[in-house]
This record gives sequence, structure tokens and C-alpha cells, in this order.
Amino acid sequence: MRSFNYVVKDEVGIHARPAGILAKEVKNYADSKITIRKGDKEAEAKKLMAVMGLGVKCGDEVTVTVDGGDEDAVFEKVKTFFEENF
Amino acid sequence: MKQYTGKCVYKGIVMGPLFVLKKADIQVKRVKVEDREAEKKRVEEGIEKSVEQLQVLYERALKEMGESSASLFETHQMMYDELQDAIFEIIDNESVNAEFAVAQAGDNQAEVFASMDDEYFKARAADVKDVSNRLIRNLYGIEDMNNIPEPSIIVAEDLTPSETVQMDKAKILAFVTLKGSANSHTSILARMMNIPALISVPVELEALKSGTMAIVDGESGSLILEPDEASSEAAKKRIAGEAEKKALLDSLKGQENVTLSGKHIDIFANIGNVNDLGYVKENDAGGIGLFRSEFLYLGREDYPTEEEQFAAYKKVLQFMAGKKVVIRTCDIGADKQVDYFHLAHEENPALGYRAIRICLTRPEMFRTQLRALLRASVYGNLSIMYPMIISVDEVRRIKKMVEEEAKVLKEKEIPCSIPEQGIMIETPASVMISDELAQEVDFFSVGTNDLTQYTLAIDRQNASLDEFLDTHHPAILRMIRMAADSAHKYGKWIGICGELGADPELTEEFLSMGIDELSVSPSMVLKLRKKVREIP
Repeated sequence: MRSFNYVVKDEVGIHARPAGILAKEVKNYADSKITIRKGDKEAEAKKLMAVMGLGVKCGDEVTVTVDGGDEDAVFEKVKTFFEENF
Repeated sequence: MKQYTGKCVYKGIVMGPLFVLKKADIQVKRVKVEDREAEKKRVEEGIEKSVEQLQVLYERALKEMGESSASLFETHQMMYDELQDAIFEIIDNESVNAEFAVAQAGDNQAEVFASMDDEYFKARAADVKDVSNRLIRNLYGIEDMNNIPEPSIIVAEDLTPSETVQMDKAKILAFVTLKGSANSHTSILARMMNIPALISVPVELEALKSGTMAIVDGESGSLILEPDEASSEAAKKRIAGEAEKKALLDSLKGQENVTLSGKHIDIFANIGNVNDLGYVKENDAGGIGLFRSEFLYLGREDYPTEEEQFAAYKKVLQFMAGKKVVIRTCDIGADKQVDYFHLAHEENPALGYRAIRICLTRPEMFRTQLRALLRASVYGNLSIMYPMIISVDEVRRIKKMVEEEAKVLKEKEIPCSIPEQGIMIETPASVMISDELAQEVDFFSVGTNDLTQYTLAIDRQNASLDEFLDTHHPAILRMIRMAADSAHKYGKWIGICGELGADPELTEEFLSMGIDELSVSPSMVLKLRKKVREIP
């Protein structure tokens, strides 16, 4: 299991559209369980509404965890994805 | 053959089958079921159908409005995945029918969003409802308005924006509503789409059937059901004549708005919603001369946030790709009321607390809008326009606020720029001091509707005053000329964005005044271009 912290820079936060893009992206890594945590709330990245339910706004810090599958490779890809999109 | 007469809100003539929208009042009933697996199978099939419908909507929106609007439907599709898990759980635990489980799951998820403390996420509750309602409709087998089988005359009690946005515009020949007013959404949409619309037609919705042949005649305001041969032939002839006129107009796309002697005028479009952008493009408008920002404030329970506004303005500017977009700041009050503004009742709202007067006395709300505009400004060719101005002092106060907000944004290193700023000329006071105002602003845009009502002291909503209302009154035309002279004296441009701008009888006179731009309903753009090109 590997995780990284990320501060959201996108001015609108993780709202519907970005959450949708994320859900689509992580479907490529079906063998890994990818979760996002904000404070004491946690959501699986592939679950659009659950991710939106975290209410992540610009400036919020989230912890992203990758568990299982081709962990290291997926970890790098997900990290890059966050940096490029959020 | 049966004939009904209503009120015509947009002219034209069409013949085709009816598509009758009966408002199915969905009452979801809880039913105990034995075979839980069969219910789950129904849910799966319902979801499959819903996803297919959304795919059609997605592709249509992609074509008409671009990726960012279309993605909403993609998001809706994805919501079903998760909803399905929740629905199955409810069916397993409670042995209930599919419809009830869907409603329950939808309500639960909507509740999660509704309880969040951010306006944006709160509003997503409506998306979840939309998604679960679509599935329930499909489970009950209720006709979907995005499934109009062939080009039809839409008949309904009345139509809401959320209903019409789902319809395939290519399959709408005309609107006929039993209720509605000249300012209703249906009328505005008909004008945008350039199709005939009748309101207040005294038919019985329950007695009508989809597929019945009918004629909608905007000239006489009549709906003819099952027309006889003579009526059909007469209608066909007129339809052919109109098609010829339309082809002529379409051939003007891409052409310049220039008179025979080489005089140029810009013809822009007036719109009131991001959804109207498709019509701007379709009718080849040179820009947006009036974008009413009220749509951001109407139909909700609290003020729109800076982010929401920024996203909407940015979208418009990006869509227009460098063409001019004039956004008018919040013009609430008078005939446009919003509950959460908590405006006191007034004896005379047209002369009351409205538009810029609200903005200047509630600066926080106004500054939020200004920040959103300044930030969006870097994404295109924006002009900000302030309504209901009567004094130089008001303009100076606004400009000071704009500079202060730009400074705040720059300090936070948020990209922004101060665009062109102009004012509506819609009060006689602003005309009389237009020479002073012209030195303070970058442009004028004449709002002829209010200017007419204030100048002639005639309430435009009061139909019994129609005999006194001369829209070509020399006082109005002199006012416009005076404002034009003032603008040009100081090298500023002037446009007309009220209804008078679309009046072809005045186009020549406006050109002689040196009016630089006319902003009209999208469906009028090509008609005016034709007019301009015929002027010597």
C-alpha cells in the first residue's frame, strides 16, 4: 500500500466533472483499490458520487492511497494524474 | 377538422403530427415482492435504457454546445453504477419493487449532497434526482420527451426549461401550450429557434393523441387538427414560400453586415442563458451584445458563488472564441423577482429598488459578480455593462469597486484583467447627461424597452395603454440620436440591445445616426443582415 498527500489547486475543487474524469481514469487500474481521504471521510476513487460527497475544494489536502495490483506503477500514474488535473 | 385559436407569440406556419406531453404525475408506490432477482433484472434493464438515452443527449449536446456542457450527461451516466449498488441493497433488505428502491436510493444520495455546506455540492442533489427520476420513468414505461420519434408539433400544458433542454430541437416543428405568457420560457425558446408558437390555446390535453396531423398557423394564431384537403394545400403553399425565404437568409451566413454604399454595422445576439449559445452560432451572430446575467440568480435559493459565476462566464467567453461578449451585471428587481433578495414590496417597482441600485447598496453581492467577471475576462473578449445608470457618480463608484477587486485578485496572484466597461442607456437622465457619461465609460448600449416606458410614461405591461404606445415616437428616436452623438464625440461606440434594435423599419435610421451595433434575438440576426444589405 502506498499513499501520497495532495493539495488541490484546481479553483473549483473536485466537483462533478473532475470526479467523473477521475472515475474514468481509475477504471484503467481495476486491480488496485484507490481511495481518497479528506479529514475523517474516505471514498473510493471509482465512485463518482462518493468522491463528490467528500466536498473537496481548492486548497483542501487529500490523502490518496493505492492498494494492490501493480501498485508502484499505478501509484506513479495516479500521482501524475492528480498533478495534471487537480 | 377542428380549429382552436390561441395567442401567437412567434409567427410561422407548419404542418405535422402532434407530440402530446401529458404530465405523468409519478407516484412511486411501495410494493412487496417475492422475486428479488426479477426486480434487480428490471433495474439493470432500466439503467441500460437510461444510459442509452443519456448517450443520445450527450452526443446531441456535444454537437450543439461543446464538450463542457455535454459532460454533464456523461456524469449522469456514471452515477448509475453507484446507484445500482444502493438499489440492489434496498431490494435485498426490504423485498420491495424496483421503482420504490430507486426512489429511496435517489433520495438518500440527494440528501447527502443537500446537507453539504457548499453551494455547488448542495445543487448536485438535483442531478441525483434527475438521474433517479429518469430511471423511474423508464421502469414505468412513461414517454420520454427526449424521444420524439419524428418532427412534431409539441403540445403541453406549459413547458419548463429543464423539459425543453432535453428535447431534440431538430424534431420540434412548433410549440402549442395551454397556458403560458408572452414572456414565458416557451415564447423565448420559440423566438430563439425561429419556429411558430401558440399559447393559451383552449384544447383539452387529455383528448389529444400523439400522431394526429395538425397545422399551426402563427398568422391567425390557430391550431387546426386533422385539416381537410383545402386547408392542407393552402398550408403547404405557404410553408414552401417560407422555406424559400429561409434559404435566402441562410445564404447570408458568413456575409458582412454592410449597406450597398459600404456602411458597416455589427449585428450581435441577445441571450439569457448559457444554453442559448448554440443559437448564437447557428445564426452567425458577430458576438453577444447582451448576455443577461440574471439566469445565474433566478430559480435558486441563495446567491450564486464567485466560482459558479466564473465558470459560466468563462464558458461563454471560450465558446465565443475571441468575439465580443457584453455581459450585463445583475438586473434583478421590477419584473424579475428573487425570493432570497428579500426585496420589500414596492408601490412602483419599475421606478424602484432594482438593478444597479441593489448592486450599489449591497456591495458584497456586486463585488462577487465583479470578481467573477474580472477573472473570466482573461478567457476572451469581454465587456461589462451596468444597467439603470442615472448619474456620473454611480459610474465612478462602480469603476472604483472594479479597480479595488482587480487589486485584491492581483495580490492573490489570481489571473484577471479589467475589460471594457459600458452602461445601458435606458433612463432619460442618462441620455440628457450622455456627454458626461461618455467620458467615463467605453461604450453605451441603448435599452429601448425601459427607455420607452420611462420616456413616454407608459407601463409596457399594461395592455390597455396600447393605443397610446408609439414605439417609433420621435422622442425616443431623438434620445437615441442624442446618446449616439455624445458617444461618438468622445470616440466611444454605441449599440442598441432593446426590442427596437430588431425593428427593420428603423434600421436605416439607426445607420444614419451612426449606431455601431445592433443586438437582437438570434433568430433576427440574418433578417437584419438582409435588411442592412438592401439599404442604399
